[in-house]
Amino acid sequence: MSLITPDFGLLVWMTLIFGIVFFVLAKWGFPLITGMVDKRSDRINKSIAEAHEAEKMLSDLAGRQERMIEETRREQARILKEAADARDKLIADAKEQARDEASKLIEEARTRIAAEKESALRDIRTEVAGLSVDVAEKVLREKLSTDEAQLALIDKMIGEVTASKPN
Amino acid sequence: MKRLRYILVLLLAVLPLYAGAQESDEVDLDIQEYLFGHVGDAYEWHITTVNGKPVSIPLPVIVRSKTTGWHCFSSKHLEEGAHEGFYISTSEKYNGKIVEQNAAGEEIRPLDLSITKNVLALMINSLILILLVLSTARWYRKHDAVEEAPKGFPGLMEMMVTMVEDDIIKECVGKDYKRYSPYLLTAFFFIFINNLMGIVPFFPGGANVTGNIAVTLVLAVCTFIAVNVFGNKHYWKDILWPDVPTWLKVPVPLMPAIEIIGMFTKPFSLMVRLFANIFAGHCMILGVVAVIFLTAKMGVAMNAGLSAVAIFLGVFMDVLELLVAFIQAYVFTMLSAVFIGMSRQEAETE
Repeated sequence: MSLITPDFGLLVWMTLIFGIVFFVLAKWGFPLITGMVDKRSDRINKSIAEAHEAEKMLSDLAGRQERMIEETRREQARILKEAADARDKLIADAKEQARDEASKLIEEARTRIAAEKESALRDIRTEVAGLSVDVAEKVLREKLSTDEAQLALIDKMIGEVTASKPN
Repeated sequence: MKRLRYILVLLLAVLPLYAGAQESDEVDLDIQEYLFGHVGDAYEWHITTVNGKPVSIPLPVIVRSKTTGWHCFSSKHLEEGAHEGFYISTSEKYNGKIVEQNAAGEEIRPLDLSITKNVLALMINSLILILLVLSTARWYRKHDAVEEAPKGFPGLMEMMVTMVEDDIIKECVGKDYKRYSPYLLTAFFFIFINNLMGIVPFFPGGANVTGNIAVTLVLAVCTFIAVNVFGNKHYWKDILWPDVPTWLKVPVPLMPAIEIIGMFTKPFSLMVRLFANIFAGHCMILGVVAVIFLTAKMGVAMNAGLSAVAIFLGVFMDVLELLVAFIQAYVFTMLSAVFIGMSRQEAETE
């Protein structure tokens, strides 16, 4: 019977002891532990969130970097292309200019040559004329060295003139 | 070969028992006395018996008689018989309790506040519990717990505390669980440590504390108070005016009556569950161990064989009791938390 009838003395002691245990543990024991554990788990959660954020930022940064590199590369290609174009243009211009210069020079040379040739021809002609006059003089002098010859010529010339006069 | 040696050791271990059984005639075991002596309460803490003489720790007896006032003496005086008018009754009604006789010669119980075996065990276990928890709390005070997690014993305690807090208290109580968590944690660890100490077979363990109805009664009353004193409006409305057809409430308050009975049966079931589980566990282990002594007279072979079985079963039961010690603490805490959670429920908004 005493098995299932609570003993009064034990009841009193149990109430007292459990009360003390509860008081002590509730005041200095469990709230401290659970509070600290809560704080730590809060912190861990926060840290995880922060880590996520940092990771995101890092990936953003990587993306931005990628974009920057891409942009730079494009810029580089553009500049290179421009430089190449400029170079080609310069060369082409130079070539053009050289060609112009050359043709001008050739033209000049040609005109000068032509002029030279003209003057040379002119010189030659005067020379030839002089020469032929000289030759003719000499020939005439030879032919008309005698009086008969001179008279014959005069006759012939008069004859020619008279022959043609009636006309 | 190895197995053979084990058997030999077992036989030799039992032999002195057998020899002892043949020497003395009073080895006849009174099973009932043996069982109830171990699971019940006592005014002294019996440890062992050497050469027929009991070795026990005498405990203070504190009684208040209606006629002669307070008395306080050591329980060893009771061994010889009556002391200061008090003696341990052998009658049917007060068997094993301290009684005195009134003028008419009838046995009456004085107000008995003796430090009995269970009270001392409670004190020891509570002291152990307080030391364990406060030493853990000390770690938190000395360390920056936000920056580092405890290792070793405080780590183990933290694991258990967080398990109870997260799995039971937060889940079952609901949003303002923080208010109840010290009580529920205390209840869990109190029951758990008392259960475990009850399994330890020698002093200072072995007392059947949580298998005593007075102890579980106090725990259940605490839960009852936690549930009902802090119950909210919705809880009381659910008890006194539940959402059922009106004819169930008026004129005969059938449902309120059932609900009010339910208020008391919940903690009652807590009380009986814990008590019965732990009590039964102790009885099982004691019964299994008793086989060894009961068969001591039946010859060496019989005794050895059955002892082997008993030891195997005893180990099995002990391990099972370890599990039960945890489960019962867990169940008590969980159901308390569930009852508290029910009393904190808000009306469902539809």
